Amino acid sequence: MRNLTVRYGSVVAVDDLSLELPTGKIYGLLGRNGSGKTSLLSVLASFRKATAGSITIDGVDPFENAELMRQTYFGRDSVDATDGDRVARVLDLARWLRPSWDDDYAGRLLETFEIPVRKRVSSLSRGQKSSLGVVLGLASRAPLTILDEVYLGMDAVARTTFYRELLADYLAQPRTIILSTHLIEEVAGLFERVIIIDHGRLVLHEEADELKARGVAVTGPAAAVDEFVAGRTVLGEQSLGGVRQATLYGRLDAADAARAQAAGLTLGPVGIQDLFVHLTSGPRVLEAQR
Amino acid sequence: MNHSTSEVDVFDERSPIYLQIARGIKDDVLSGALKEDEQIMSTNQYAAFYQINPATAAKGFAQLVDEGVLYKKRGIGMFVSPDARAKLRTQRRERFFAEVVDPMLAEARMIGVPVDEIVKHIGGSR
Repeated sequence: MRNLTVRYGSVVAVDDLSLELPTGKIYGLLGRNGSGKTSLLSVLASFRKATAGSITIDGVDPFENAELMRQTYFGRDSVDATDGDRVARVLDLARWLRPSWDDDYAGRLLETFEIPVRKRVSSLSRGQKSSLGVVLGLASRAPLTILDEVYLGMDAVARTTFYRELLADYLAQPRTIILSTHLIEEVAGLFERVIIIDHGRLVLHEEADELKARGVAVTGPAAAVDEFVAGRTVLGEQSLGGVRQATLYGRLDAADAARAQAAGLTLGPVGIQDLFVHLTSGPRVLEAQR
Repeated sequence: MNHSTSEVDVFDERSPIYLQIARGIKDDVLSGALKEDEQIMSTNQYAAFYQINPATAAKGFAQLVDEGVLYKKRGIGMFVSPDARAKLRTQRRERFFAEVVDPMLAEARMIGVPVDEIVKHIGGSR
């Protein structure tokens, strides 16, 4: 993706965003509501044309490219089907459309998620509809699988099943999977890389482990914490009596750790969700200030 | 001891998962649950067990290869180095007083347990 821009009238959803995604990895795409996640993914899946900029998959423009589209799955919280269609008919369509479709696997997943095949899509519950989308997404085995907040209405058990199946199938058949989610903490372990966007712009694209290593929570006596964090990037702070905790952004080395210990400070990791909140909750930048 | 600075564990509290995996394998080597030249489970098996990305599990393995605890046989998998146990014992012994005994004594001081009482307790449990 190079200098990608998506504009709806005067609203800029994706703003001059460039991104290179090596294949075969699980990506976590994180962003607040209205940050441009779905617009970005829609362009990647060729559901929409970019206002400006270019996108290539394996060096080819995917737009109106039937071959590439068969190899790209774009799942959202709804299933692309007419409401009157029965589940079986939706599966038939996927079987016909998807060269790498696995019927046995789809059948096993439907049982796991307890989705009745004979029912009409319109009569499925909210969670079942989402689960059906997950089944289609996984059993399509598309080399590029995009799942955009597909968990809507799925309960904790169904979501856990989803994550477990996703990982198991990825281990068996590695492919490029992009997950966009607001439920960051429960799925963060699956990400190899994390992409954070805000206001249509790229905040970071980083190895998940590298990102995690950058967040450090420093806890201890307020004065000692203040002295230790001076000159570093502080994402957030909170105090409880004389104890202060600061969230730092930036890797610490062994010497830093030794210094912290000598000062009576405790160092703890910060989860990706917390880092995400700190990195995207700053004051909103006005479009006019570009 | 020569640690690669980029992978050093700076956290006092719960570590990143790949360091926990590395630590778990080291403990198994030390306790003898994993023998020298024994093959360890694959990154995929670790990934499925811990529900993590295989790249994260691989990172834990890579660190153990760096430290000489594991060695890689191309196309087959990861194995415990012949001298891993002896090496780890030396390392852990060097850190034993600083990491295990000193914090215990600090706790004892804080709650008013005299050192002779600790010594008596240790003597009794031998």
